[in-house]
Amino acid sequence: MREKPIVRMLPDERRLHLHDGPIDLIVEAFGSKAEIRTAYEAAARRFLTILDELCAELPLLRSAARLKGTRPNGIVARRMADAVGPFATEHFITPMAAVAGAVAEEILGAMTTAANLLRAYVNNGGDIALDLAGGGSFEIGLIERPDRPSLFGSIKLHASQSIRGIATSGWRGRSFSLGIADAVTVLAERAAMADAAATIIANAVDLPNHPAILRVPACEIAPDNDLGEQLVTRAVGELTPREITQALHSGVVVARQFISRGLICAAAFRLQGQSRVEPQALRMMTLIDHPDAESLGSVLHV
Amino acid sequence: MPSASELPVVDAIRCDACPVLCYIKRGNAGACDRYANHEGQLVRVDPHIVLDRAKTQGTPLVPFLDREREWDGNLVKDSEIFITAIGAGTTYPDYKPAPFIVSSEVAGVDMVTVVTEGIFSYCGVKLKIDTDRHLGPERNLVRAQGEPVGHVTTGEYGSQMLSLGGVRHLTGGTKSEGRQTCETLLNLSNGKEVELTIDEGATIVVAAGKPPVVNNRREERMRVGCGSATIGMFAKQWFGKVDEVIVVDDHITGVLSEHQAGKLLGVRETGIRINGRRSTAGRYFQVAQPGSGWGGTNISDPLTILKPFKPGIAWPHLRLLMVSTTGEQYAYFELDDNLNPVDKELPAQLTESVQRIKENCEPALTTVLFMGGAGGSLRSGVTENPVKLTRSVRNNFTRVTCGGAPVYIWPGGGITFMVDVSCMPENAFGYVPTPALVAPIEFTLKTEDYAALGGHMDYVRPLSSLLREKNRQRQVSSLARPLQPANRRSSKE
Repeated sequence: MREKPIVRMLPDERRLHLHDGPIDLIVEAFGSKAEIRTAYEAAARRFLTILDELCAELPLLRSAARLKGTRPNGIVARRMADAVGPFATEHFITPMAAVAGAVAEEILGAMTTAANLLRAYVNNGGDIALDLAGGGSFEIGLIERPDRPSLFGSIKLHASQSIRGIATSGWRGRSFSLGIADAVTVLAERAAMADAAATIIANAVDLPNHPAILRVPACEIAPDNDLGEQLVTRAVGELTPREITQALHSGVVVARQFISRGLICAAAFRLQGQSRVEPQALRMMTLIDHPDAESLGSVLHV
Repeated sequence: MPSASELPVVDAIRCDACPVLCYIKRGNAGACDRYANHEGQLVRVDPHIVLDRAKTQGTPLVPFLDREREWDGNLVKDSEIFITAIGAGTTYPDYKPAPFIVSSEVAGVDMVTVVTEGIFSYCGVKLKIDTDRHLGPERNLVRAQGEPVGHVTTGEYGSQMLSLGGVRHLTGGTKSEGRQTCETLLNLSNGKEVELTIDEGATIVVAAGKPPVVNNRREERMRVGCGSATIGMFAKQWFGKVDEVIVVDDHITGVLSEHQAGKLLGVRETGIRINGRRSTAGRYFQVAQPGSGWGGTNISDPLTILKPFKPGIAWPHLRLLMVSTTGEQYAYFELDDNLNPVDKELPAQLTESVQRIKENCEPALTTVLFMGGAGGSLRSGVTENPVKLTRSVRNNFTRVTCGGAPVYIWPGGGITFMVDVSCMPENAFGYVPTPALVAPIEFTLKTEDYAALGGHMDYVRPLSSLLREKNRQRQVSSLARPLQPANRRSSKE
């Protein structure tokens, strides 16, 4: 039976929780009380139909993106198609790679259009769309394993920067990955673009044919998955420091291309305890080598 | 091109909880991770994924289940609700009050439950592995992925014991030793399977509440008793049907004709001679080396422990039964004219007794007790005067639970407790990269007692405030009835 979407305030009475099927959003707006309420109402209204809109075009959204292929109709679906478009010639990618970011962007857009906010964010399971119209900053924590919350780094995003989208991909996450990265976090101007790029960069962090990596055809796990028979990573055995460096490097090469093409702003990598940041001179990102217990905290500080 | 959703999928069910309409194969979850195919049935699963995500997003209250809906009934739907600390988060280092200090009325008494997740740097697990098989010499290292994570400790009746974790492995060794130890403890505490190797010993695969696998062999049964005890239990059933019985056991091998039980029945002397060191009448130590053969010895041919029968006492056609302490191995011999044992088929009248040994063996399990100490900082999250909490626990004014499960508090100083992880909800444990484990811990006491020990009264919230919202999800269990191991887990087993 179709479950109804959930729209509720979290117990802290500050943040809004929107949930429907596989979509789970944590939303927070900053500004006057009245504006926040207006924003939350707009977010909820927009949210109620979003999953049905996407599902109406699911077969198309699950097929490989092509430059001159059929264009989807839905607003969010188009956002997804637009985000993956720049990658379509060189990489296998379906619009689904940008779904989380695109949904986050759409809800954020509904809020900022309806209300006059200082700041706002929509966090879709780690893929985050931000608004910093009123100045200020957000501090973002980086997490390598969604099942075990511990930070390996943090980023401080200021209004003066152009970054408004953050996304993380890795084989431990909810979506399948072709690569072995524990986490690749991408910063981009838009959440949908960050989402698509994180997927591709995380796929590139890899050691092809390495015996310690267990790969399974995606369709064997989820029959209707958009990756079909492609081998997705299910387990990664212990790698030598050299192998880790090599795998990370493969991802860094791809990230550099995307940065130079202006598609993304930065990427952070994590694999079996080793971290990398690209571009290396990035100041706003702090990686924690020996995070202590104190760093256990929320993904998004404000 | 046919879309994926039109293709028939064998052995998959279609989930209709949302318009994505996932095909979900047996044993897998849908795109949402919340619905899964459990043996062909669509079930709501693993709420802790939601829980964990909530934790990473800093949600102060654990989103969980609507009582009306999903829980499998394991956590009793009583009128009294118990908020467990799972996913509550922590305010470590705890100069701040614990995340939840909840007041409620239990049996007409105002109670306060302080709910927090403790970060346990001093913690470990004790494994009781029901097997007679020799896992490795006592004191030898136990390794996970090659890293030392613990050691073999004093064996118990019918079980081998391992002690894993502790601060020396967690933080006293190399970084990768600490990480591996943390991972091993976490997986074992969360009921997951772990492979361990013991120096000069076996490779085992263990998980809480499941039969251990020793050197690729699943252990089915726990021995009924030592060899001597087995003789005592079954002597009457053998009497008259067989002349001699040897129950092979790595600890104490029993010999019916020499054993007190045999003597009392009037079993005739048989002139049998066996290897090993005689302890008392009919009881032998060290008949062979420890191993994974008969009764935890290294033998696969039982005759290897026998020496020639004494001529003049033994007689041709003497009937001899040899059996292991679990009844899994047995052999039947009759002596020929030269007093050499000849292998024969087990007579029907003895089959029953061998069967009965098997039936009397309990299923072999691995059980995991988590042991940790609630340190100073955790206690100060509960009260401004930490030692008073300790005293209150000692005097039974404060009840300590771990994820709603009962704990045993070790006597002496501090609050060092043990809990059977299989009594706790699934995935109740987490970790921090220190490395240390994160475990839920709840302190429940009368409101007035809480005030008296310097509790953070300003932070006490009524239970109703946590349960008010209609859709608010929560972790519930019953205060009145602590969870029992059998109550755990809806799926997989």
